[in-house]
Amino acid sequence: MSQLSVDHLLGIKGLKREDIELIFSTADHFKEVINRPIKKVPSLRDLTIANLFFENSTRTRLSFEIAEKRLSADVVNFSASSSSVSKGETLIDTVKNILSMKVDMVVMRHPNPGAGVFLSKHIDARIVNAGDGSHEHPTQALLDTYSIREKLGNVEGKKVVIVGDILHSRVAISNIYALNLLGAEVMVCGPSTLLPKYIHTLGVKVETDLRKALEWADVANMLRVQHERQDLKYFPSIREYTQMYGVNMEMLNSLDKDVVIMHPGPINRGVEITSEVADSDKSIILNQVENGVAIRMAVLYLLASKIKR
Amino acid sequence: MIQRILLGEKDIKVTLERLACQLVENHGDFKNTVLIGIQPRGTIVADRIKAILSESYGLSDVELGYLDITFFRDDFRRREDPIEANKTMIDFLVEGKNVVFIDDVLFSGRTVRAALTAIQSFGRPENVELLVLVDRRFSRSLPIQPDYSGRKVDAYLEEKVVLKWREYDDIDGVYFELKND
Repeated sequence: MSQLSVDHLLGIKGLKREDIELIFSTADHFKEVINRPIKKVPSLRDLTIANLFFENSTRTRLSFEIAEKRLSADVVNFSASSSSVSKGETLIDTVKNILSMKVDMVVMRHPNPGAGVFLSKHIDARIVNAGDGSHEHPTQALLDTYSIREKLGNVEGKKVVIVGDILHSRVAISNIYALNLLGAEVMVCGPSTLLPKYIHTLGVKVETDLRKALEWADVANMLRVQHERQDLKYFPSIREYTQMYGVNMEMLNSLDKDVVIMHPGPINRGVEITSEVADSDKSIILNQVENGVAIRMAVLYLLASKIKR
Repeated sequence: MIQRILLGEKDIKVTLERLACQLVENHGDFKNTVLIGIQPRGTIVADRIKAILSESYGLSDVELGYLDITFFRDDFRRREDPIEANKTMIDFLVEGKNVVFIDDVLFSGRTVRAALTAIQSFGRPENVELLVLVDRRFSRSLPIQPDYSGRKVDAYLEEKVVLKWREYDDIDGVYFELKND
């Protein structure tokens, strides 16, 4: 197979396993490209991509922009804080206006779940979801599973625990879908107030004791506590959260095996993981960031190949 | 389908030996020359040439890389199915080097055009030459000609020139194929 089964990347949920494998094998080639002395290929030189960020982002926006530029696409950036959104313009109007300027693809982050799906029904451009509220963040899940594959050789059969604020995390949901598709075993771990009520219906194990979870796992993906999405107090204090669900070196060393530590960023050092762990050789956090560019190049390249001239 | 043989196992061997000899005439000890096999199937020709250079001329440390040009093609989004990429493996810089591109068949010249762009990611070569096993002359779309060619072939546009290699097909051979419909 050399073609994706979808026209937009709105979530992992609509993908097949072969799609993910195609994205991975394409990303392998782009990873070689971005390690060349000259890190650029001309594939998308006649396409224009708009990065619409209705919500804050550093890593994802930079990563997409670098991926687009490495593919030689023309790039326009937009962030909600400095735009007409604050003057009351609707999402469709904003995007239609941008598309009138002949944009071929849209990379969008939006605070509302389903914003990408909604847009894909109303406009004629390829859409890549760069995070929609607490729904999905597909490219993050792709780069996370790609990084696991790179570190451990394979994703199938590996045990992955996702730790922390599962309730508000689009990274967790997309990761669960992707890991399930690729045949990994998935566990979620966190305070029961931050675990969604019906999480077991996604086919994951549930554990509230971090130590037991780490003893089980090959990989631990540590999530940030998303204070900005929390409308109530879900745990008594950050200090207590750290004591119960923070990973430190002492705990990792007391396990009788190695657990690969991942984090989607941004890290709150000293909350979900200590600096010592984040900077140790057990962590592949910076590999994730590097792989993010290769994965996004692969996604954009494969979606672009479906835009006929 | 009509198929006729153009080069047999022995012809290919003799032809590759001649091409290697011509390379040695021009590049001597290969101190400043590197071979680049163009993916997917130029790499087999390049491997064979490298082996001959090593066995017959004692040139055992000639640098060889594989270049994939998929992302540099000029027909992206013009084909029904996108082409899957192959591995690029060049672990040296070509800055100031003499580069010899090696491919199996030269047809329209578009692959070589893409390779000329792609190689720039690895530096600015002093010189670039082109070696092909089969040159389908009269079918070029671009002003590109080989410096070393194994066999010049005049074929109809509808005719296919098919190469088989031990590495994939258990046999070495170059064939003409014409669909009779």
